[in-house]
Amino acid sequence: MTISLNLNGQTHEVDAEPGTPLLWVIRDELKLTGTKFGCGVAACGACTVHLDGEPVRSCQTFIEDIDGAEITTIEKMEEDKVGAAVQKAWLELDVVQCGYCQSGQIMNAVGLLRQNAKPTAEEVDDYMHGNACRCATYQRIRAGVLRASEILEA
Amino acid sequence: MADQLSRRGFLKSAAAAGAALYIGANTKGVMAASNSADAMLNHFVKITGDGRAVALCKHVEFGQGSATGLTTLIAEELGVTMEQIDYEFAPSNPEIYNNLLFGPFQGTGGSTAIANSFTQYRTAGAAAREMLISAAAKTWGVDAGTLDIVEGVITGAGKTAPMGEFVAAAAGMEVPAEPRLRDASEWKIIGNAQTRRLDSPVKVNGQAQFAMDVHLDNQMVVMVRRTPQRGGTVVAFDDSASKVVKGFIMAQALPTGHGVAVYAENTWAAMQARNALEVEWDLSAAETRSSGEIKDEILAALNTEPTYNVNKADRAAVKTTVDGAATVLEKTFYFPLLAHAPMEPLNCTIEQTAEGDIVLHDGAQMPTGPHMAYQQIFELPAEKIQIKSMLAGGSFGRRATPDADYQVEAGLAFIMTDRSRPVKLVWDREDDIRGGYYRPAAGHKVRVGLDETGAIIGWDHQVAGQSIMKGTAFESFAVHDGVDHSTVEGIADSPYTIPGQALGLTDTEKATSVLWWRSVGHTHTAYVMEVMMDLAAKTSGKDAVEYRLGYLTGEGDAARKAGVLKLAAEKAGWGSAPAGHAKGIAVHKSFGSYVATVVEVSGNTDDGIVVEKVTAAVDCGIALNPDTVTAQAEGAIGYGIGHAMRDQITLDGGAVEQSNFPDYEPLRISDIKVIETHIVPSAEAPTGIGEPGTPPSAPALANAIAALSADAEYVAELPMSANGVEFA
Repeated sequence: MTISLNLNGQTHEVDAEPGTPLLWVIRDELKLTGTKFGCGVAACGACTVHLDGEPVRSCQTFIEDIDGAEITTIEKMEEDKVGAAVQKAWLELDVVQCGYCQSGQIMNAVGLLRQNAKPTAEEVDDYMHGNACRCATYQRIRAGVLRASEILEA
Repeated sequence: MADQLSRRGFLKSAAAAGAALYIGANTKGVMAASNSADAMLNHFVKITGDGRAVALCKHVEFGQGSATGLTTLIAEELGVTMEQIDYEFAPSNPEIYNNLLFGPFQGTGGSTAIANSFTQYRTAGAAAREMLISAAAKTWGVDAGTLDIVEGVITGAGKTAPMGEFVAAAAGMEVPAEPRLRDASEWKIIGNAQTRRLDSPVKVNGQAQFAMDVHLDNQMVVMVRRTPQRGGTVVAFDDSASKVVKGFIMAQALPTGHGVAVYAENTWAAMQARNALEVEWDLSAAETRSSGEIKDEILAALNTEPTYNVNKADRAAVKTTVDGAATVLEKTFYFPLLAHAPMEPLNCTIEQTAEGDIVLHDGAQMPTGPHMAYQQIFELPAEKIQIKSMLAGGSFGRRATPDADYQVEAGLAFIMTDRSRPVKLVWDREDDIRGGYYRPAAGHKVRVGLDETGAIIGWDHQVAGQSIMKGTAFESFAVHDGVDHSTVEGIADSPYTIPGQALGLTDTEKATSVLWWRSVGHTHTAYVMEVMMDLAAKTSGKDAVEYRLGYLTGEGDAARKAGVLKLAAEKAGWGSAPAGHAKGIAVHKSFGSYVATVVEVSGNTDDGIVVEKVTAAVDCGIALNPDTVTAQAEGAIGYGIGHAMRDQITLDGGAVEQSNFPDYEPLRISDIKVIETHIVPSAEAPTGIGEPGTPPSAPALANAIAALSADAEYVAELPMSANGVEFA
């Protein structure tokens, strides 16, 4: 099937079988590799992208369900006010280690800050719970979200 | 110099390379310079005419900060800021880019990246500095001793000029045999906690390139259906359902027989086609045991005379002493198989160039492994094989198999084609969890005798488990008199002075392929040592810190271990806890470094334990990049505690039961509320930091849980959640 995919502000006509996860269209067809494959079962969050502004797991988002939707990936976050703040906080605190999960962490953190500009540490933990980091950078992820909240407030 | 290079068999080139200075090493370890483009094969540092410096990193960057660390060493000695220097990954060359602690072998492991490079990389940077200064001194007619490079500018004798202006001249200068290394008092970047990671920017904007991100023109994606039980082989397969998948290309049994490779146009097609494959296996020689049987075998071995008397003690005498002690403490411990589960599933991409070279794109932890394996597989000389090292999405040991398992698998998948299309081998998470390289299962039985005052008078310690090193290329390196040191490290070499200690070891049969897993043997030995010390202190009515200090009275090792113990206790407010909270402590030396950890918990084992806070003290010698040291401590603590809480790999009839994160649940952000790390100031040479935070973390948690109430117990089998401890 052919679908019209609006990704990072550009429209792409994509030919793929129904049931194809959005993740593989983004990575293998459109060659945007910032969105990562970690588990394939929505248990790690490495593949998180925004669907009409909301974080979703792209490994469990199927192309037949998203015709016409606006998809945003990590590659576009520099142009997003909240995204840029989160990236700035991540750099200030050197959140990353191996970095493989961090695109997903950042995409999810942006989702949180859009709906809750001043989260508590507990609210950060609740919202970010599904994003795994095997390097266990969680202390800095939590601090990074709180710092991004400060940056946005300033 | 050119002669030295040609003797090494490297190609020389007459092509002009522009003004550039390369500093490298030749066969004898002497620094060498060249302005030939081909000398790029052998350098640690490159300086171009525009004044930019580039550090060539011989170690993999998988999160531990080696790229920033190695670059720091070059920048400091050269005299540039971290903004004036870039890094690249070195090519595969076991003689030039070897780990100096591994012999002629390029690889990262054992928390040695900085320890083995500290002098080497500083020397490379210092040589470059002295050559640039010599060139400037000659031009200016001044004494080189009056000049220095500061922030990329050659300064002194009333003169100043960007170092880039002297690159061409410096390339013709003699290489100093022993360049002066800057004194610690001159350091501006080493030890500076403000230094940021060089790889952060690309890791926050999606631009970082991991091996998984390789897309070569016309590449095929290969996934493999592997034997469900170790030792199984393919009899036949039916790919009729795979053929229905759009993008399926072909399926072929691997020549090793351990699996069937499925080739497809893209990753999703490969996954579907591989999953649709029907395979008939010959399991007659395959592992059929279940975890219960493996555990029984290990525990039974603990109750027989050990195969190896590790410390040559008179065990009979030790047993007699323990039996006659005023108090005898006895505990049997069991540790399950564990998977590494790095975030980036295993993968690599292989291609053949027009010249017939084989190129591997890989987050290579031990490039020499696949480099040697490919010489056999492709029947090519070493120089016809290139390994392009890329960022790796974690490893924890998994990317460093002695048999280069996944790279060999990719090589075999590639050699079965006409090699016209690159092959990208991809594992998914299920492959990773079931892929057969695990922290070996281990058992310990310890009997400790205490006198009337609570002092230790005898310690009979028996270990049984599956040897990591035996049967691998590393056996001669790590196995002595039959003892695989990696099974007993942390006991055999403990800085504690324990009177009357006997240490025995029995190897049990491997049920799976086993492998080093972040901190290797220390993952279980630290747990046992520190729980037993805690139990002895508690039984004696002594403070857990004071009791341990009584066995750390010597200089050197013992003093440094005592130092972190005292620092962690002080910073954690040891001796008191909020109502309903309890604290546990543990301290351990591993990979040359000392870490003490205090874990504060609340709750109870029935309704759920909460890890409120972890306080760590670290002595890793000079903290090259202090913030990286802190980050590694945080990560290593999380890795240790997360697996101790709830992870295990179990076998049912030889097959792994777990498959993905839902049943091999990673540590999550809410599992540890706070981690605080304190670094001991030190002038000692840097030692490891990637692993040493892991060993004391789990026993500190066990000791905290045991301190929650009078009837609370020390958890002796892991994971805790499968052995009577609930976590909130």
